[in-house]
Amino acid sequence: MEAQKKYYLQLADNALILSHRLSEYSSHGPFLEEDLANTNVALDLIGIAESILEQTAKIDGKGLTGDDLAYRRGEHEFYNCLLVEQPNTDFAFIMVRQFLTDAFHFYFYSELTKSKDKFLSAIAFKSLKEITYHLRRSSEWLIRLGDGTQLANDKTQHAVNTLWKYSNEFFTENDVDIEMKKSGIGVDLKEVKSLWSQKVNEIFFMAHLKIPENDFQLTGGKQGNHTEYMGYILTEMQFLPSKYPDAKW
Amino acid sequence: MEIVAPSTEQLLADFESKINAEIKIEPRDWMPEEYRQNLIRQMSQHAHSEVIGMQPEGNWITRAPSLRSKKILLAKIQDEGGHGLYLYSAAETLGVSREQFIQALHEGKAKYASVFNYPALNWADMGAIGWLVDGAAITNQVSLQRTSYGPYSRAMVKICKEESFHQRQGYEIMWRMMEGTKDQQQMAQDALNRWWWPALMMFGPDDSDSPHSTLAMKWKIKRESNDQLREKFINKTIPQAELIGLKVPDQNLQLLEDETYKHGDINWDEFWAVVKGNGPCNQQRLEHHIRAHKEGAWVRETAIASAKKHNI
Amino acid sequence: MEAKENQGELWEVFLQSKPGQAFKHVGSVHAFDKNLAIENARDVYTRRGEGTALWVVPSKEIVAVTANEAEYFFEAADEKIYRHPTFYSMPEGVKNM
Repeated sequence: MEAQKKYYLQLADNALILSHRLSEYSSHGPFLEEDLANTNVALDLIGIAESILEQTAKIDGKGLTGDDLAYRRGEHEFYNCLLVEQPNTDFAFIMVRQFLTDAFHFYFYSELTKSKDKFLSAIAFKSLKEITYHLRRSSEWLIRLGDGTQLANDKTQHAVNTLWKYSNEFFTENDVDIEMKKSGIGVDLKEVKSLWSQKVNEIFFMAHLKIPENDFQLTGGKQGNHTEYMGYILTEMQFLPSKYPDAKW
Repeated sequence: MEIVAPSTEQLLADFESKINAEIKIEPRDWMPEEYRQNLIRQMSQHAHSEVIGMQPEGNWITRAPSLRSKKILLAKIQDEGGHGLYLYSAAETLGVSREQFIQALHEGKAKYASVFNYPALNWADMGAIGWLVDGAAITNQVSLQRTSYGPYSRAMVKICKEESFHQRQGYEIMWRMMEGTKDQQQMAQDALNRWWWPALMMFGPDDSDSPHSTLAMKWKIKRESNDQLREKFINKTIPQAELIGLKVPDQNLQLLEDETYKHGDINWDEFWAVVKGNGPCNQQRLEHHIRAHKEGAWVRETAIASAKKHNI
Repeated sequence: MEAKENQGELWEVFLQSKPGQAFKHVGSVHAFDKNLAIENARDVYTRRGEGTALWVVPSKEIVAVTANEAEYFFEAADEKIYRHPTFYSMPEGVKNM
């Protein structure tokens, strides 16, 4: 039960925190159409997070709601990967972060459709439609950014160099991942990693982007140990429920 | 057969007879230059208002107190961007590009609705903005569905259809807060106190003092006067406030015999001060837009360069 | 200062709301290339699940008739009432015509 709950939270928190970052970007886009497109992705991800959190609250059976899980958990109880909490430094950072996550989500949820857990396989089927589109969009943007002007290539390569060290955490197996894989609920992350790497290589090749030579990796999010950014995200996100614990919104 | 070009008088007469017969004017039709200019001014102002209007609500997206409210707020702000986009597109049929519209905004030559120069200070402001500001905008937009310029009218029809949920979500927030804790009730009343008068000002100056109105009414760009629309709005809204226990901040408000309301004097000095740039957030709103536009320049440039390379 | 045109080209968007129905013009978007044009059209015009199929066409490729030509272009057809089924008289009682 505990492992299953934590597995659910890992999935939900990636979607929740990334959607939060994207929602910060509303009205900051490079042109109006892109602002709308970015918001669509944010909305899809909040939807995924909401479904999984509600289900988590249900199997948890303590009378909590999905909102309680989003708004009343402490930083150490969030299990998203470090990559999704990285800030919106510029459009290149946003798109690199998005592409790396979309590609992970795409292969991960594709595998998850085979889960023995009916809820997870259903949410995987449903989310996959949205994620397929997200991946198409971020892949094309990465190519435009990498293969357009020199300035854009430089900025995007800089974003890759900065974010790459957070990219492998998606595939780092923890105890929960291993237990869930064994019981046929979770997916084989090695499988996902190999598909993900192929996709990344393909798009990076077309975008004239290089994987950094220094392959040093940082992890911790999946154990509840985050970067300094996370505290600010939660302070802002949880402000009203923390300040007015009795209020219903 | 010899075709003689019609005279300007003839063209104007044809144009006005179309207007009188409620036939829409389309982009390639002949139109008086003043009509074109009037439309460019009004439509671009309307488009800019939608886009700048994303900011006060944007201030609360990351602090929305539930997943449901966050989704709704994001979707609503996204709609506003979409509506700005529809309106820019409709205005572009008059031969001005979006880039030119944006430039005019940045140079302070084009205006947007002054109401967005007020700050959004607590969560109930999301309620007040949806209920009052969108409510006022919808009153105006419903009327504009019958505007004489085809692309503008079609954009308004689409916008009105999509906006129907905006006012409801705002009122729902106010209602929930009035049903909630004392703090929440105070936030709701505070938000109403701050947004009520700016919302009334959204309809523009009194008819006697509205510089662009005469021609716009004659050519049916505008269909109802500022005061007519303002009356409609308060008559709808005051009972809604009372129903959930909110008090409209107008000591001179009168209920007339025919069950309609008469509001107290509007502080037009404040209105003109904000129009002229001296509102609480004028500088902040414009600088935000300019900054986002500048920061996006390299993205637009690389997209152009990449498209050229691949010839797609 | 002249505005630097870097908002991309203008594309007209046509949406089919259900299979079998005609595509209807719904508006336009700016985009820098075909892929972005169709994606922007999707993100702007199908936010409420309005459609099942989309076309985008560069606005500059659309051929149109101007109002000054309208008279000789369209009114000529007003004369050809024999193209409309109601032009023909039919004997009373005829079915399936």
